[in-house]
Amino acid sequence: MIRAGDTNVGSRDCFYSMNSVGEACTELKREYDTCFNRWFAEKFLKGDRSGDPCTESFRKYQRCVQAAIKEKEIPIDGVDFMGPNKDKPES
Amino acid sequence: MGRYFHSEVDIKSPWHQVLAAFWQRYPNPYSTHVLTEDVLYREVTSSNHLLSRRLLTKTNRLPGWAERVFPMHMARAVYVLEDSIVDPQAHTLITKTWNLNHNTLMTVVERCLFEENHGRPSWTKLRREAWISTAVYGLGRPIQLVTRESHQRSRSPSHHKPRRPPTRNPNSLSEPQ
Repeated sequence: MIRAGDTNVGSRDCFYSMNSVGEACTELKREYDTCFNRWFAEKFLKGDRSGDPCTESFRKYQRCVQAAIKEKEIPIDGVDFMGPNKDKPES
Repeated sequence: MGRYFHSEVDIKSPWHQVLAAFWQRYPNPYSTHVLTEDVLYREVTSSNHLLSRRLLTKTNRLPGWAERVFPMHMARAVYVLEDSIVDPQAHTLITKTWNLNHNTLMTVVERCLFEENHGRPSWTKLRREAWISTAVYGLGRPIQLVTRESHQRSRSPSHHKPRRPPTRNPNSLSEPQ
């Protein structure tokens, strides 16, 4: 069982994690999530604007998951951000 | 016909901890109906807001009478989109969640606002709103009663307790969650 303080965790820090909708994409998803969670807590929330180090892992993950979404015909195309009763993000 | 629900609670954890946990919210013991989770979009805007879109698939849970009335809806999972905006300067997170399919049965839109409790900065305020609508004639009220109960049940645990990794220090004051 993975505990806090373990040094041999490898690429998976998290003992419990979700699967991707594309079965083949789960490992890529977990790699991206690990990168993102670290950046989010240690950089973004602390006001560090030095940029997102996860673009490459995100790209690989997206290639896989977008293909799975198309294959399963999940209706995500053309859906406005913040969807119904719009909350507009400031640009 | 539609119904509107809203609630406000205090999460007894600081905002930055609630936010970090928000992305790692699944799985948890109260979310066994959530089957998959994927990030589809992320962007940091020029005003340093983080925009995200997540796709969740959930099992379609209906009470027994509804299963008999709507057997065609049982076979397919529910696809849910969750869009969110994090403002790390204002310490707010706004989320909007809605179902992409099964809309002929019901559409549920939920908006959440997580913000630092300014009177008590070690806490986070959560304001939830839900708009539930169905076009199915004659079934509006029972559907919405069931949905409201389900919504109220879902208010408590996974929102209130950000999970932390278990610690193996026997002298630690914090308990694993």
